[in-house]
Amino acid sequence: MSNMVNVFFYGKKYEVPGDLTIMTAMEYAGYTLKRGCGCRHGFCGACATIYRIKGDNTLKTCLACQKQVEDGMYVASIPFFPTDKRTYSINDIKPTQQIMMELYPEIYSCIGCNACTNACTQDLNVMQYIAYAQRGELEKCAEESFDCVACGCCSVRCPAEISHPMVGLLARRLVGKYIAPETAHLVARVEEIRKGAYDDMIEKIMQKPITEMKELYNTREIEK
Amino acid sequence: MFTAEMYESIKKVEATREERMKTEPRRMTAEEKEELLKTYHPDYRADGFEEIKVGPNKGEKAPKELADLLHSNSILLTDKVDLSKVDYDCDVLVIGAGGAGCSAAIEANEAGADVVIVTKLRIGDANTMMAEGGIQAADKENDSPVQHYLDAFGGGHFAARPELLRRLVMEAPDAIKWLNDLGVMFDKDEDGRMVTTHGGGTSRKRMHACKDYSGAEIMRNLRDEVLNRKIPVVEFTSAVELIKDDKGQVAGAVLLNMETGDYLVAKAKTVVIATGGAGRLHYQNFPTSNHYGATADGLVLGYRIGAPLLYQDTIQYHPTGVAYPSQIFGALVTEKVRSLGAMLVNKDGEAYAHPLETRDVSASAIIRECANGKGVDTPLGSGVWLDTPMIEILGGEGTIEKRIPAMFRMYLNYGIDMRKEPILVYPTLHYQNGGLEIGGEGFTKAIPNLLVAGEAVGGIHGRNRLMGNSLLDIIVFGRNAGKAAAAKSKDVVIGEMNIDHVEAYAKELEAAGLNTGMTSPLLLPKYARHER
Repeated sequence: MSNMVNVFFYGKKYEVPGDLTIMTAMEYAGYTLKRGCGCRHGFCGACATIYRIKGDNTLKTCLACQKQVEDGMYVASIPFFPTDKRTYSINDIKPTQQIMMELYPEIYSCIGCNACTNACTQDLNVMQYIAYAQRGELEKCAEESFDCVACGCCSVRCPAEISHPMVGLLARRLVGKYIAPETAHLVARVEEIRKGAYDDMIEKIMQKPITEMKELYNTREIEK
Repeated sequence: MFTAEMYESIKKVEATREERMKTEPRRMTAEEKEELLKTYHPDYRADGFEEIKVGPNKGEKAPKELADLLHSNSILLTDKVDLSKVDYDCDVLVIGAGGAGCSAAIEANEAGADVVIVTKLRIGDANTMMAEGGIQAADKENDSPVQHYLDAFGGGHFAARPELLRRLVMEAPDAIKWLNDLGVMFDKDEDGRMVTTHGGGTSRKRMHACKDYSGAEIMRNLRDEVLNRKIPVVEFTSAVELIKDDKGQVAGAVLLNMETGDYLVAKAKTVVIATGGAGRLHYQNFPTSNHYGATADGLVLGYRIGAPLLYQDTIQYHPTGVAYPSQIFGALVTEKVRSLGAMLVNKDGEAYAHPLETRDVSASAIIRECANGKGVDTPLGSGVWLDTPMIEILGGEGTIEKRIPAMFRMYLNYGIDMRKEPILVYPTLHYQNGGLEIGGEGFTKAIPNLLVAGEAVGGIHGRNRLMGNSLLDIIVFGRNAGKAAAAKSKDVVIGEMNIDHVEAYAKELEAAGLNTGMTSPLLLPKYARHER
């Protein structure tokens, strides 16, 4: 058995094994999670959590599924955060600097405090990607924000009330759809299939007996 | 941070690295693979399975934990709900808000149908979000949908339903294009060509990716699109039973508000089950790479109303789950790590198999190594090395941070720098190959107007699935289900609604002498520890 530590869930003390994550420690303590628990592997952002270690005044943010418990940790999960997503039709908007001004004008109220970056559970440079968005540098914004899991910890801490994950998402969709170069071989293949270029071949392979399919499979050439 | 024993073994991995990198490990012959699977694959462990005693698949086997759920009653056998009080009335009810559910909802909405999505967690809390490595499509000059068909059919042990596999491969390029047009940022070169790699069992490099956030990037685009279209999404609300009408058609679902415990009634002309997988049932005590809600709910709902399952006895164990550190035990280490060149190496520094065999073969070989004392001991079992520093040698410094940033971050969080040190892996419960049986158009054959899409479907992949064909299947079959459901809903007239099948099923269970003491679907795994 590993060392036990004392943690405080919503201010109430529990003694839990020190090698657990905050999420598994809550379950060890008897919680059945409904909110604040999603993929459990750091990809979905459902388990945004704030904590403070006794004796240290710093307020920290983390994903409960990725953070190991520490002795004297005061923990509160953020079960939902009302991120302010603006709706739009991706087919009707254009990848311009003005689109950020139209949909998320509050980014221009950023006071440069860097609280968003400090709060990021993915260690992204959040303030930087907001700066890119302000300047209409959408590709840079998309690249810098790419690993965002939209946990919302940045927005919780922002004095300018920016919904950072939504800004990054808009930039990425614009880059993916409009700015990244078109894939000629993809467009060509879709067209070939539409015209029925593979219909006969696929029909034939579907009809082949299993013995012949095994032979074809086991002797197929594999690209180096 | 590794233990002293692990560091001893790492020295052997490092000592053989240069020599190993000179040759590609031999691929196994068909006979060798068959023998390996029979001896080591968990699907062949008889004690992990149980015979199904009631329903359309009576007499077949299923994993014990799934059989228990199929052998349990609906909670509505005792809790009574007034079906005449309808809370949601729609053309298309989509159960599940992962990749398949959202794709279906978007296409149904596009076709003009009135759609409602219900999901027991949040929109996007799904295995789709966690898919890392990529999505297959035969869109390059040296490739074709026919080659893709051959790879998938052989990799699935020649058991895929041809009409389903045909749809998968033929609609794959269009699925990629659809995603790209939504705004998904695929890895491309400056000319727009897709950066593609191999996956286990592929004969052409057709794995498209978005770094190692492929599923997350797809899911967040789909989610954003659903929200932009203002499609109603009822979160934290589970479907606990399907509703039929007096003509025997599906007519909606009884829902449970997960937070208040209140029941709701959704009336719908067509229903799409898109509830995903079953990793959280922890078959044979395996850890899982799946999200919190992966409890096979849709399989139970479909089965109880009379829809048969297909290949419910075949499970995919992803070869490379995290074996160490314990905090992230069972988390997925994307196959892309091997696509980029990392070898699987045992305790003694031997590359005991080709790193890109199909998943079932690769997983079985790791289990074999560990069973024969060639694994490295860990606090929760054992594992083999995945020699990640090779990636930096092969692709140049910075490759890991650029191509697999999520993996890099996950390990660095625990003081392990995968650029410099190899990582320890062991198979993790990853995917349900089987599921509800559908025809080529996406409908179940037994229950009119009931469709299934995504991981809840059985038969698309056969008895093993290739990497990158699941992200593909949720898009292809999700879109198809949405279109088909919207079209069908135009002709549907719903009669008198009932859930009589709940009592009929209870009688069958009673006649078979079954009493599990549980109700199903499970909805959430039971992880809370209660001392008393």
